[in-house]
Order: sequence, then structure tokens, then C-alpha cells
Amino acid sequence: MSAIADNRPGSAIDIAALRKRLAKGGETWRSLDEVAGTAEFRRFVEAEFPAIAERLPVKPNRRTLLKLMGASLSLAGLAACSRAESIVPYVSQPEILVPGKPVYYATTLSSDGFGVGAIVESHEGRPTKVEGNPDHPASRGATDAVMQAAVLTLFDPDRSRTPLKDGEPASYGDFLKDMAALVSRWTASQGQGGALLLDASTSPTLAAQIDTLRARYPRLKIYRHDPLTTPAAGEASRALYGSALTPIHHLDRAEVIFSLDADFLGEGPGRLAYARDFAARRRVRNPSDRMSRLYAVESTPTITGAAADHRLAIRPSAIETVAGGLNAALGGQAGASDSPIDQVWMAALLEDLKTAGRNALVIAGPQQSAFVHAATLAANAKLGALGNTVELIEPPDALQVDGDLGALCETIGDGVIDTVVALSANPLYTAPAGLDAHKAFSSLKLLVHHGLYRDETAFLAHWHVPAAHELESWGDIRAHDGTTSLVQPLIKPLYDGKTVHELLAVLSSRFEADPLSLVRQHWAALDDDAWKKALRGGIVPNTAAKPVSVSVPPDLGGLRPAAKAGNGIEIRFVADPWLRDGRLANASWLQELPRPLTKIVWGNAALISPATAERLKIDNGKIINVAVNGAEVDAPAWIVPGHPGETVTLSFGFGRKVGSVAALSEGYDGFHLRHGSEWFAAGAAITPRENSVRVITTQHHQAMERRAIVRHAALDAFRQNPDFVRKDAPPSPKESLNPDWRYDQEAWAMAIDLSACIGCTACVSACQAENNIAPVGPEECERGHEMHWLRVDRYYAGPVDAPETFFQPVPCMHCEKAPCEVVCPVNATVHTHDGLNAQVYNRCIGTRYCSQNCPYKVRRFNFLDHQSFDKDEAGPEQGVHNPNVSVRSRGVMEKCTYCVQRISAKRIQAQIENRDIADGEVVTACQQACPTHAITFGDLNRKDANVVREKSAPQNYALLEELNTRPRTTYLGRISNPNGKLARPGEATDG
Amino acid sequence: MAEASANGPAVLRGRHDFPEISGRIGSIVLDGRLPRHFWTAFFLCFLLVLLFLYSITYLISVGVGAYGIDIPVAWGTMISNFVWWIGIGHAGTLISAVLLLLRQPWRASINRFAEAMTLFAVAMAGLFPILHLGRPWFFYWLLPLPNVHMHWPQWRSPLVWDFAAIATYATVSLLFWYMGLLPDLAVLRDRARSRPAQLFYGILALGWRGSAYHWARYQVVYFLLAALATPLVVSVHSIVSLDFTFAITPGYHSTIFPPYFVAGALLSGFAMVLTIAIPLRWAFSVKDLITVRHMENAAKLMIAAGMIVVYGYVSEAFFAWYSGESYERAMMVQRAIGPYAPLFWTMLSLNCGLLQLLWFRRIRRNMPLLFVIAIAINVGMWIERYVIVVTAPSRDYLPSAWGEQSLTWLDFGILFGSIGTFFALVFLFIRILPAITIFEVEELAEEEGKLR
Repeated sequence: MSAIADNRPGSAIDIAALRKRLAKGGETWRSLDEVAGTAEFRRFVEAEFPAIAERLPVKPNRRTLLKLMGASLSLAGLAACSRAESIVPYVSQPEILVPGKPVYYATTLSSDGFGVGAIVESHEGRPTKVEGNPDHPASRGATDAVMQAAVLTLFDPDRSRTPLKDGEPASYGDFLKDMAALVSRWTASQGQGGALLLDASTSPTLAAQIDTLRARYPRLKIYRHDPLTTPAAGEASRALYGSALTPIHHLDRAEVIFSLDADFLGEGPGRLAYARDFAARRRVRNPSDRMSRLYAVESTPTITGAAADHRLAIRPSAIETVAGGLNAALGGQAGASDSPIDQVWMAALLEDLKTAGRNALVIAGPQQSAFVHAATLAANAKLGALGNTVELIEPPDALQVDGDLGALCETIGDGVIDTVVALSANPLYTAPAGLDAHKAFSSLKLLVHHGLYRDETAFLAHWHVPAAHELESWGDIRAHDGTTSLVQPLIKPLYDGKTVHELLAVLSSRFEADPLSLVRQHWAALDDDAWKKALRGGIVPNTAAKPVSVSVPPDLGGLRPAAKAGNGIEIRFVADPWLRDGRLANASWLQELPRPLTKIVWGNAALISPATAERLKIDNGKIINVAVNGAEVDAPAWIVPGHPGETVTLSFGFGRKVGSVAALSEGYDGFHLRHGSEWFAAGAAITPRENSVRVITTQHHQAMERRAIVRHAALDAFRQNPDFVRKDAPPSPKESLNPDWRYDQEAWAMAIDLSACIGCTACVSACQAENNIAPVGPEECERGHEMHWLRVDRYYAGPVDAPETFFQPVPCMHCEKAPCEVVCPVNATVHTHDGLNAQVYNRCIGTRYCSQNCPYKVRRFNFLDHQSFDKDEAGPEQGVHNPNVSVRSRGVMEKCTYCVQRISAKRIQAQIENRDIADGEVVTACQQACPTHAITFGDLNRKDANVVREKSAPQNYALLEELNTRPRTTYLGRISNPNGKLARPGEATDG
Repeated sequence: MAEASANGPAVLRGRHDFPEISGRIGSIVLDGRLPRHFWTAFFLCFLLVLLFLYSITYLISVGVGAYGIDIPVAWGTMISNFVWWIGIGHAGTLISAVLLLLRQPWRASINRFAEAMTLFAVAMAGLFPILHLGRPWFFYWLLPLPNVHMHWPQWRSPLVWDFAAIATYATVSLLFWYMGLLPDLAVLRDRARSRPAQLFYGILALGWRGSAYHWARYQVVYFLLAALATPLVVSVHSIVSLDFTFAITPGYHSTIFPPYFVAGALLSGFAMVLTIAIPLRWAFSVKDLITVRHMENAAKLMIAAGMIVVYGYVSEAFFAWYSGESYERAMMVQRAIGPYAPLFWTMLSLNCGLLQLLWFRRIRRNMPLLFVIAIAINVGMWIERYVIVVTAPSRDYLPSAWGEQSLTWLDFGILFGSIGTFFALVFLFIRILPAITIFEVEELAEEEGKLR
């Protein structure tokens, strides 16, 4: 359903169905059109000129689709979600609920099954914004781009709203009836023929429930299908130490880090904590400060590689050789002569690692083979780092299972299993190539699917039960270090979704179990006070896994390099950084969030190196056919500087056509080429096709054009000349015709540390969530109409095969002498008493002169009506809006406000308490999300303010300061810490 | 004057008398028997008027995102159309006001339609700043109106000056044109045979009786208005150019813009005069009233203005280099070799290259060829406006924000719609009002001694 239904020109009213529906009573309705929810009624105003707009031949294009996304069904949907209740004002107001005042709750969001603590802002019971939980070890107060979208997916109108039996709406009672039959069948047969298919999860309650089910039905099979699983670390430790262990890293202790294809800043459950620790060790303000050094060898460009002081791109198959060589060299043996990387480079790395000793850290990419992990463990052990910078813990996601999806399909094929209950998994989309999951699942007698969406698997299922969103659920989940935290609901399930615990309880014949009690029972050991404390704080104290002390392995446990460096192209599979395995494909924020390195939105591309592109004569956007082991996929090519040669990076998460937003996006489905749960494949072939397609990107130019935009220096250069940012910089004028502003109160300002910025784009996502920034859809993005107030620019410098990569977040500079202010004919952009460059939406008439005159091009214009202002058109997605930020109509300019609503809230609070606003009290959304504390915000008039201290650092500079715009947002030049013995490519090409 | 006539074609050919002149010119309007191709052409223009109305409706109801603009190039064809139309208007004012003050007798037979052209061009131009707005229904917020919104225009913004300049220009042009029409309206009133026509022209003639008082006052007012309009020729386009020069965007921020814009305006204005006059004199057989002399003079003015424009191009490029500003230089280079290079080189070949043909008298007197050149210059000048508007922001300070805008059907719908509307108005004007000034041609005939 959803917006597709809008295409029907004036759908007829089905009187019989109406009569039936209205007979139930309880509904109030205004017209037959309304109650039938016809297209005419639903589609109302396009803009200020509804009557005209309706007559224009604008088909509900992608943009309107996006805007409407499913709002069409809101009448029916809302009616389904709860009975109408009469609303009266509070007689006695609940203690914590003050209208207009947000309430914050601690909960935990799941990231590939692992927990990341969050504090969620709720306005009158409506969750609107996710922040990190400072007490949670995986969050440390930060969030990533994906977490921000949790509130969006909660209100996604495409969510499944009602149980479906064979695709037809049915009641949950009917479902329970069928489940009761199943339970009695299983009880009789001890679960014979039944199987559970689980998603990635670390929930202790879930594990306990599985154990209960196993005890109850000894013959029940449990399978786990996690398309993004990385089991190699466990395999390696099993080979080495006899038990599966998983490493956790302490980057705060590491002086020299060597990443073997590990994107520890961008991927993995501990990424936020790692990024925090990594950046903390690299914070240089004085020439005497020290910083860690990062070497990276990687098989696909990542943000970790971009942050590295030395980076080498090599083919995936070569990583094992490097790992083996490293381990051998640390053991005193001569390095292998066939090493794919430069001997000088390796020697310098080894020397650095040995010097650092126990403060060295070698990190293996989670996707890498068991051999690499074993070699890494051995190397860390030899360096003495094991127990210091690396600790091994029991994997938090350990769960005894009978196999993966492949094993399940096999047993179905053997006729052993005829009933599958799939919990939150979507195997029909994520199944690997060569596995006919569709055939296997079609042959089932009963397939029960539990999920947020009516997805590919749900279409095949006999029963589909809507899942409760994680913001609607009770649960528990463990972080990367094992810390358990509780998931508490921010809102009652909008569509009566069920948690996975409820479903499992149903299977153990507890049909009426309350979702809270299921979790509470598991934590019965906590008394009420401890439970409340855990809920309030977000974590259950003292649940972090204890490091296992292991002995140094004598050898590599018999593990051998697995990869064969074959001929032909190698494939590196990656999960899309935002959509993951495709489960978030319906989140428009994430679709439209530029990928950190490619800046591609609304689709994916096959990433190749410039050299490979040259050899095969491929341009950006050219369709290439990638074939391996009998599977093939057509994908648009995208040339990425620094990509290893003869290798193609393919990503998962796209190519879905289920879900109105997901269907808008372009791209291919990487699962079509993947066999098993492999992350690498060799022996592939690339054949360029004739045609090209568009690949939408938000940044078209990659070079700085010799301009002093990102100013950078090596640590040594900084020590010699702390003022390097002034070197060769154009002089900045000091005079101005316009009189200076006076600031009697605050003078807000921001400093962005480019050394700390890892380009993860969490700030952009946080800004979008905080400031009600409208997603505009692929067509508009292609035309340069995207609305992000904050963008992260990415520049390359140096040779195309091994470039340096720079990230630069660019919000509004809030110029002291703002070029935009003087040109606005209607005073819609004005300077405030506290130094902000404010945009007055309702005064703006849209001359766009301000944007033309903005040298930073940070202003965004509502070219079209991207937000819905029509109450009849409004769907649940409106619920995500921050009530403290105006929703902008078409024809007005908008831009970064330094989160003026947050400033105002704190000012009001301070005035009530008759005090000044404290330093650090106002935190902007981008600053709050930032995992590396790259952004500092505060009052320039306070001499003790953090931002003043940051700005007094010698490497502080203003972007385009020669224009005399006097930005309030300034940058701290990027300082890297290259090894002096290694000439760095691109060092000479300073801005 | 005799000398001038000896050098080239006369400003008035043959011998005439007053009733003959007023009859011939007046009959175009009063008889209403216009050639069939007149109506065919009008019908075609009317189709474009419909396209214009449709496009505007579409634009206003969907939003400005429907045409090609984006971030970073937030100004597009609405601005280039505006500058182009304002420029076209300039020739009319120059012919009627400046040449009047300079006592150039050859202006007499072409000043009326040149003024009308000005007026319609300004009418077209005036629409575009409004269509350009994100919220066009609030365009009046640019006016200093004491209102409940409690806001006031920001006087530092050139857009406010622009608004004032255009409004002044439109008002003065209208007054000047209407003032000049009065004696002719009276002639039409007197010659009209039907009651409605008598009433129509009678009311418009404001009781003109042709008394010596009337003529004396007319002269005073007309010359005063001419004196008022003359500085406007320079000021309007200078102020329009300030929209660009005031910005700090490289490629906009240039002091050469005011004179260069005025010269460009005259170039395109005279090109438009020729575009209209050449078919007009052929279609209505008034080759003896609008002679080759007029055409040639207009062509001479074109080359004069055109060479200033060429100087502007050269100076812009030179100072981009000479200033040492890396942003300016990069912008200039990008203009020449970047994504808009084809447009840039087309513009140069038309406005600088093709223009040089006008040095040759044979070409200036070859009407079909002159017509083609005039059209080409019009196209070239539109491209020039577009190139100026879009290339600068597409390649400004931060390369990460570089980008180009596209052109959609709406860009062309509005451009061609406005051209069609302009010509439709010209056709209506020819049908309703005397396209050639009756009394001035009579005066000219007398002064030239060509009365029978």
C-alpha cells in the first residue's frame, strides 16, 4: 500500500466494505471519501495553491512519494493501532510530564546485535532525538549516524501494522490460536521438525529463553542468520586457546597502531569507544603534546585508512601475507620476500611497533580470515600488548546454535524441518548466492515471520507478526565489551508490535506474557532499586566481561592462510555503512546521508581503483558486470582514489524493492554475488557494459585546487612551526567598513578539530534529526537540492593511488561580517545579540542572494515543498519532528543555526535560576553526536570556556579568512604523525 | 543634414504630405486591415503567451525547484532573462530620450516602437525578479511599506536598489511613451470613424487639441522627461549590475560591470530594434518612412556598444589575472574550459566575432543579413547574461561545493514564453496604436523639405 495507492485516479468507494467497517462503530467520520480513504481525500494540498497544483500533470513523483511515504494509509492505520479514546486535560499532572519540556530516558539501541547506549529525548511521549549515553561503554556519550535514525524508523509509515495470515490481515488472537496448535504439536513431538531462525543478538534474556525452549523441545533446531557475521576472530581463538574469544582494544593505551584491514573507527560494535580513545591520543595543542601513530593496510578505502598516518591499499588476498610476515618478523624471522608491501615501510612499522612494545597494538579486520586473527594475536602477544592494549573476552553474542542459514536450508531440503519461526531475520533478501532460500522456505508447512516490515520473507510467510521497534520494546542487550544494558520503551507500540521475547514466550506457551515481565524475570536477581537504577543509568553495573588471560600461543594453532591469490579481480564485500545489511533501507535519512568517502547517496556503486578503471576504460557510472563463481551482478562503477588495484568493493543493503523509500533508491544487491558468509572473493571478472547510469553524489570535486582549505602538517612540522596554518596562507585583512558588533551577553562560537574528525558523518545525521531537515529524495539530490545544514567535505591530495584523505565538516560559519546579511533585501538573515547569524524563515522571500554571496555555500534552499503541512496528509512520520524547530516551507532559505533552540532552552533555564549560562551547558547536536569530540562550542566572552581554549591553539584558523568574513566557526589544522623515515606521498602538495 | 543624406540613404524617402502621412500610419490602426501573416505571426506568439502562462502557473504552484537552479548556483535563467530583457529595453530609451536631446532627426520614425519595445521589455523584465523569488507572492516586501510585518527593506541590499531602479525606469518609460503618444492619439481620435474608436482614442488623448499652448507645454514636458530618462539609461543597468558586483563571489565582484552592462544593454537593445524594425518595414511597406539609414545607424550603434562589451570581456579576464586573486583566476579559467565552456565560446563568437561583420557597409545595408546578425547578437547576449549568472557561483571558493545547474523545460518555457508575450504585445501595439510617430514624421518631412 502506501503512496503507491495514490496513483489510482479517484479510487471508487467500496460501499459494502465501508458498511462492514462502520458497523463496528466507534469511528467518527466526516465524509464517505474520508472513511474510505480515497485518493481524492488523501491528496489535498500541494502548497499555497492547492487547486492549481492538483491540476498540474505532476504524477506523484519520487519526491512526493517520499513526502507522502505511506501517509495515505494513515487513516486506516491509525484506526488499527488503537481505539479512539476521549482526551481530556490532566486533572493532576504527572510529576515528570511538563508540556513543552522534553523528558530523557536511557535505553539501548542495537547495532548489528550489539548494544550502544542511548539517551532518547521524548516530547509528550513522542521520542524525537537520540543521544549517546555517557555511562555506556560503547557510546561514551556519542552516537553514530545510524543511531540517529532510530526515531525515524520508529515512525516509518511503511512499518508492518497488523499480523498477516497468508498475506491477509488477521488478528493477533488468531495467531495465538495457530501458535497454540504449534506448541501442542511441538510438545508432542519434542519440537521435531521445528526450527527457529534468529538474527544477530546479544540479549541475555533471549539466550535464556532459547535455553528454555531447548529444554522444552529437545529436538527443536536453532539457527542463526546474521549476514554481517564475522566469526573469524572466534575461530582463531578457538584454534589458539581452545575457546572462542573476542578481542577488545584499548586505543587510549596504544602508541603505535597497526590496522590489518580493520576499520575500527567506522565498523564494529565498539567503534564509538574506539574512535573516542583514538582521537584522545591524538589531541595536540602544544608542541610538547604527543600523539599516537596509525599504520593501516587495507583492502578497501575506509575512514580508518583516511585517519591513518601511513596507509597502504593492497588486495584482499595479500592481507594474510602481510599478517604472516609481521608475525614472522616480530618472531625474529626474516620477512617473506614476496611481501606485497614495501620493505622500507614494513621495516619502519616493525621498528615503531617494537619501540612501543606493550603499547603497540595490531588490529585485525573482523572480516579477515582466522589466520590473520591468529597472526595478529600472536603479534600482539610478542609485543607484550596482549593484556594491555588488547584484551580477550568471551564473545557477548555467544549463543549455541545448530548452524546458519545454509544449514537450515539444507535440513529443510532434506525434509527434516517443516516449520520455521524467523525472528527479525530477513533471509530471503540476505541469503547468499547459490542458496535457494526461496525454494527452501516455500516448501515449509509453516513459516512464521516476525519483523518490523512486511519484507521479502514476510511475503512468503504463512504468518507475519509485526515486531515492536526497539524504542517500543523491553529488552536487554550487551555491548562490545559485554556490558549489559536495558532496553526500555519510549512509547507504547504504535502498531501493537511484539518483541522477540514475547514471540519466544508464546512458543513456550506463555501466550499472554507481558514484555516487561519477561525481561524483568530474567533479571530477578536485581532488586527493584537496582533495576530502577539500571533503567535510569542505562546499564546494568558490573556486567562487563572479564578479560580472559591466555597464554602466548606457541604457533598459530595450525591455521594457514586461506586465501588463494588467484588471477582476476578480487572482490571485497562491505556492509553499507548506514543501511547495514539492508534492514535500514527504508530510512530516508540514511539513504540520503552521504557515504563518508564516496559521498554517494540513494544507491551504491562498485568501487574500483583509478588504475583498474583506466585499464578497463571505465568511467564513473558506467555499468560493469562483476561475475564470480557463476553468479553475476551489474553495478555502476565508481572510481575511488586509494582503492587497491584489481579489486572491486561491493556493498550490501541496496537493490531492495520492498518499502516505499527503499524502492526509491538505486543500486545493486551485493548478496547476489556472495557465497556463504564470505567477505572476500577471488577470481572475479569485470566486464564493462555499454550503458551508464547515474550515481548520485553530493560532492563532485575532490581536490583542494591548491587552496588553503584543510591546512595540515606533520607533527614534526608542527613542533618546528606551531603556526603552520599561517604559513603561505593569504593575508587576512582586518579592516571593515561595517562597524563591529558589540556583545554584552554571550558570543557563541565553534571550533572544529580536523585532527580529531574521522569523517564518520554522525554530526550530519544528528543535525538532520535535531533540526527537522527534510530528506529530498534521489531526484532532488541529483539536482543539488539536498538540505543538510552540515556537510562533511572530503578532499584528496597526492597521487590517486595513495592519496591523503581529508575530512572537513562545514556548518554555517556564523561570520562576524557575514556576506549574506548585507545582501538580503528583506532582513531575513540578521545578526543576533549573541553573535549568531540568524535566518528568519517567515521573513524570507527566497531571493537566494545570501546563498550566492556565501563563500562557504552552507545555505540550503527549499526549492520545493519538502515538508508536509497538511494535517490530512500527515502520517506518523510527522511524529519525528523536533517541536522546538520550525518546519520550513518551500521558497525559504535555511541553514545551520548553532542549534539556537538548545541555546534558548539553556538561556531560559539560566535566567530562571538567575545565573549565567555555564560553559559546556549548551551542546549543539553535531557536537553531542561526535564520537571524537572534534567539535567544541561555547561562549567566546567567557575566558575560561573550552572553545576559547581551543581557539587559542596555534593551529586554529578560519576558513577563507582572507575574505574578512571573520567566521565564528574556526578549524584546528589537521596534524598527523607520520614516521619521519617514510616519505609520505602528497606531503608536498600543501593547500 | 543634407550632408548626412548625401553620404548615405535618406532618413525619409520620397515626398509626402501631412494627410498622406497621418493617413498611412493611422490606417494601420483604424482600418484594422492587417495582412494575414500579421495574424499568423500573432497567433504563433499567442501560443507562446499560453506557454508563458502555463509555465508561470507551474512555477508558482510547484516551486522554483522546478527549473534548473540548485545550490551552489542558486540564481539561474530568471536572473539572466531579467538582465537580458532590461538590456533590450535600453535602446528604446536611448533612441527616444538621448537622441531627442542630441537632436538626431533620424530617430523620428523609429522612436515610437522603440519606446514601446522598451516598455514591453521592461514589463517582461519586471516579471522575472518576482518569478525568481522562492515565495513570489511576497514580492511587495521589498517595498518600504509601513505594514504589520514590522519590517523594512534592508537598504544595503542591491536588490532593493534594483527594485527601485526598475520601478523608476518602468514609470518614466511609460510616462515618456504616453506623453509622446498624445498628439498621435488625438490624430487617431480625429480620423476615427467608429464611435468606440473615437471614444477610446479620445479618452486616451486627454483632450489634446493641438493648440500652441499644448504644443509648447508638450515640448517642455517631453524634453524634461527626456532629460529625466537619459540618466536612467545609465543608471538602471548599472544598478542591475550591482546585484553582481556587490557580491563577493569571484566572477561577480568586478568594477567593470556597470559600464559593461550598459554597453551590453545597448548592444542587445539595438539588436532587438533591428529584429523588430526589419520585418516591420517590410510587412507594412513603410520602407520610405523607416529607411535603410535607420537600420544602418542602429547597426553602427551596435558595433560601438559591442566593442565596449568586448572591452569588458577583455578587461574582466585581464583583471582576473592582474589582480593576482587565485579565486578570480580559477573562475576565469573554469569559465573558459569548465562545464560552461561551450556557452562561453558561443557567446564570444557571436558577440565579438560575428559582430565585426558590421564594420562593412554592404553588410549593414543588407537587410536579411542584418536581421540574422541581430538575432545572433540577441542570442549571444542572452548567453552572456546566463554565463555571468551561473559560472561564478558554480566555481567559487570551496571546490567541495562546486556544481553546475541544469536547464529544464521550464527554463525554456519561461524564456520563450516571455519572448512570445513580448512580441504579442508588440503586435497588439501595432494594431492599436500608431507604431510610427505621425507628428514627428510630419515634422521631419517639413524640416527635410520633403513636403509635397
